[in-house]
Amino acid sequence: MVLKSIEENDVEVLEKHNIIVTTLEKVWNWGRARSFWPLSYGCNCCPIELMAAGAGRFDIARYGYEVFRASPRQADLLIVAGPITLKMKPAVERVYAQMPEPKWVLAMGNCATSGGPFRDGYSVLPGADSLFKVDVFVPGCPPRPEALFHGLLELKKKVESS
Amino acid sequence: MEHFFLNIAHSLIVWLMGLGLSSKGADLVLLIVQWICIVAIVTINVIVLIWLERKVAGFMQQRLGPNRLGPAGMFQTIADAIKLLTKEDIIPSAADRIIFRTAPIFFIIIAVMLYVVLPMGDGMQIVDLNVGVFYFISVASLSTICLLMAGWGSNNKWSLLGAMRSVAQMISYEIPLAFSLLGVIMIAGSLSLSDIVAAQNNIWFIILQPVAFITFFIAATAELNRGPFDMPEAEQELTAGAYTEYTGMRWALFFLAEYTNLVAVSALASTMFLGGWHGPWLPSWIWIIIKTYLVMLIFMWMKWTFPRIRMDHLMSFSWKVLIPVTLANILVTGAGIQFLAGMGW
Repeated sequence: MVLKSIEENDVEVLEKHNIIVTTLEKVWNWGRARSFWPLSYGCNCCPIELMAAGAGRFDIARYGYEVFRASPRQADLLIVAGPITLKMKPAVERVYAQMPEPKWVLAMGNCATSGGPFRDGYSVLPGADSLFKVDVFVPGCPPRPEALFHGLLELKKKVESS
Repeated sequence: MEHFFLNIAHSLIVWLMGLGLSSKGADLVLLIVQWICIVAIVTINVIVLIWLERKVAGFMQQRLGPNRLGPAGMFQTIADAIKLLTKEDIIPSAADRIIFRTAPIFFIIIAVMLYVVLPMGDGMQIVDLNVGVFYFISVASLSTICLLMAGWGSNNKWSLLGAMRSVAQMISYEIPLAFSLLGVIMIAGSLSLSDIVAAQNNIWFIILQPVAFITFFIAATAELNRGPFDMPEAEQELTAGAYTEYTGMRWALFFLAEYTNLVAVSALASTMFLGGWHGPWLPSWIWIIIKTYLVMLIFMWMKWTFPRIRMDHLMSFSWKVLIPVTLANILVTGAGIQFLAGMGW
């Protein structure tokens, strides 16, 4: 079957003949959405849930998101799992700036989404979104690993459709 | 099946000569084809190996490992590779641009150079150097310079510290690595890898040289910068060691080269100690693949079982334990050879 030109409705015909037409963007997003390498930032209780997410019962590795990089240069996803204090603010900003594009931010827990119990505090930012664009908010105090996975899969959908 | 690849090479040469090429020209084309094959095998192998590493890690830690993408998560590495290819390429403004850029390229070139002397089956060796083992060790030790280039060129304190550590570690472990191979070389009476394989026709050298195999294995783990000796990129203390400033594909090249080195050293271990391509029933090139993968699985087993050891313990272990043991092994081997020769063997 030789097509002179490909139009919108021809794609279905092609797929019936096992010919898949795609764009480079789609392939890139396919890869990016399935390989978030996280860089974690946290204080105490959300990181415990992060550890549980990495361990046997929940196993973040099933989705391929287990490669926690220590260097921001190799990370794609900043998991903010804790309140950002004014003292910590320049460090987080710097780490975020050091990450190469394309990069995403996931706010995990109430402190990172809105400031949580420290919202009116004199030394705490009301949520990570006051610093940078946050892609997915995962509320909870702390959120369970399932909630984190749900957030990650929502982020996957978001990246794939971008 | 035994001469499958040899027949391909032979018919390629015949076809090229039929086209009017001289025999030297045909050999040159064959060399280029072999080189392309090595690069292709290395790249495809790394995709499988990273998947295997993650699955083995999952198995060791009672997890499942990647299982969402493709059969048993086989396509996970492909997604990672696509992502790494399309990442932003950052070169720090303070970095030494030339050294920073060339370090990963040299690292992968050196890793691929190792495959030239490895016998991959009966008569399947690209160049049969009469100093094959010597060539392998000397080329493998060149990768130290690349790590130092990466650390120095990044102009980052963690990178430099990681590079310094890797230089200290790799130079210290080079010595027991070479010494442990000396016992095998003394028995085989040759530095050529094909001669060493031929000498193992009746008995594998792991039986005659068990101490040498163990010391070789430990020293090789340190040479490969793998756990429990992955001090150069100890992420808890040095961020990512010499690779801290590298992004995307440049970092992936380092990773590719590390796994390429792993395959090469495992193939060397199976050639020197496990009888190379010798084995019953199956074709020789399948045997070397089986043995290489077994050795690699043991490397992975070690990596995910032991915690990382301290830097000073690492150095003293090399100089105070491994080197005396390997020297004693050489002495015992020499005395044994003389004794058995005197007995009339």
